[in-house]
Amino acid sequence: MLLISGWQIRAPSNLTRFVLLALLSVSLMLLDARGHHLQKIRAGLTVLFRPIQMVAAIPIRVGSAVIDFIHGDETLRAEAERLRSEQPILLARLQKFEAIEAENAHLRQLLGTSALVAERAVVAELLEVASEPFRRTVVIAKGVKDGLYLGQPVIDAYGIRGQVSEIGVLQSTAILITDPGHAIPVQVNRNGLRAIAFGTGAPDTVSIRYLTASSDIKPGDLLVSSGIGGGFPFGYPVAKVKKIVNDPNESFLDITATPVAQLSHNKEVLLIWPAKSVLPVEAKKPAEIKKPVPQSKLVEPKKPAVVPQPTVVEPAKPAEGATP
Amino acid sequence: MSLGHNARRRLIIAASFLVALVLSILPWPVWTEQFRPDWVALVLIYWCMALPTRVGVGTAWSVGLMLDVLYGSMLGENALAKSLIAFLTVRFHLQLRMFPRWQQAVVVLLLVAANNLLVLWIKNLAGQAPSTWSYLTPSIVRMLLWPWLFVILRDIRRHGNVS
Repeated sequence: MLLISGWQIRAPSNLTRFVLLALLSVSLMLLDARGHHLQKIRAGLTVLFRPIQMVAAIPIRVGSAVIDFIHGDETLRAEAERLRSEQPILLARLQKFEAIEAENAHLRQLLGTSALVAERAVVAELLEVASEPFRRTVVIAKGVKDGLYLGQPVIDAYGIRGQVSEIGVLQSTAILITDPGHAIPVQVNRNGLRAIAFGTGAPDTVSIRYLTASSDIKPGDLLVSSGIGGGFPFGYPVAKVKKIVNDPNESFLDITATPVAQLSHNKEVLLIWPAKSVLPVEAKKPAEIKKPVPQSKLVEPKKPAVVPQPTVVEPAKPAEGATP
Repeated sequence: MSLGHNARRRLIIAASFLVALVLSILPWPVWTEQFRPDWVALVLIYWCMALPTRVGVGTAWSVGLMLDVLYGSMLGENALAKSLIAFLTVRFHLQLRMFPRWQQAVVVLLLVAANNLLVLWIKNLAGQAPSTWSYLTPSIVRMLLWPWLFVILRDIRRHGNVS
């Protein structure tokens, strides 16, 4: 019972409170999901709760510090040895890469398409906190002032990891390619067959949907980003096809693939700024890829991309696909 | 004790929720995900049962909102689910208190499952629902954890003289 200026007001009942707060939650969710109106509030709250995240990250930090302390010397030496032996090989590959890049630019010039300019990359540290169960997100220790943008590709040494989904003041969130809300346009490296890789929520699986039984795809095929949509640059490894199930009762193949990037291991990721898109038409509307698109929306535009397959199948490469 | 009774109660409740929040974003190996308990929900159920006049839907909503911010999920998603838990627990707290511990655990399973289902629906509407059945296994772990957590929180409450 409250007494406000002579009026007796009964405190709202439990049910009333629940209904009111439920309505409030629903409106918050609508504001957040539909219009991204709450970015600033969320960014502010994230700064406020940063201490909680720091506390949660302590055990892993202490743990790795202890491990470093116990056998730091040996591992460091072994690591240095490994890196030293790797370096010449990588450098040798890079020499060839530069020649190929020059040749590629020349060929593009001949064809009259825009050349790919070198991409800028920055190493970003990850904050060791868990994501919501069955979501796949990581927290990156970079914020607005580092020039991140929504939908920015996040990669590591092996392939594409995901994209930036939320930018805060001190930290940002990236959504991984295995997150159930994520989808990335890919193509089979062997023959250019286009598809879309959807996250499933499982830690090491993406699923390739909407490919018909006649599609030329085999276990062991490498899927690289196709650059369509303008979000991800062309040609980065995404996943390797693991299993293909052809159920005659289903209209499409059931394909699972394993991401190439080390999604759950590394402490660091690379953020890249793709310099120029291969497809200038798609690049005009980056707003569309700033949040993971609901799957229902993705279904329609996919059919034309998948069903007709006028792809050039190179006949001279049977050996590549055979090795899973 | 220099603190007043009210202040001490608030402090203890807030601390327990804070610990639950830290525990829920504590990094574990990925394979443990299927067994990760929803600490916030468990602590919330306990307090709603023990002190239904002090901890209720409002507290649940704010803690849920904090969880949303920490998880980076849609704002209001967990807030709604947690206030549902709080509402049901406060509504039935008298019956719940009478139940033997194992029966309470079963009710906790149902409450947490309701929470999960609500979150799953919301995620599905947003196109982020995981496509694995293992989404439902954590509820069972939460049920198994309940008796232990109950004893710990009860001891904290009695020791801190919170009522």
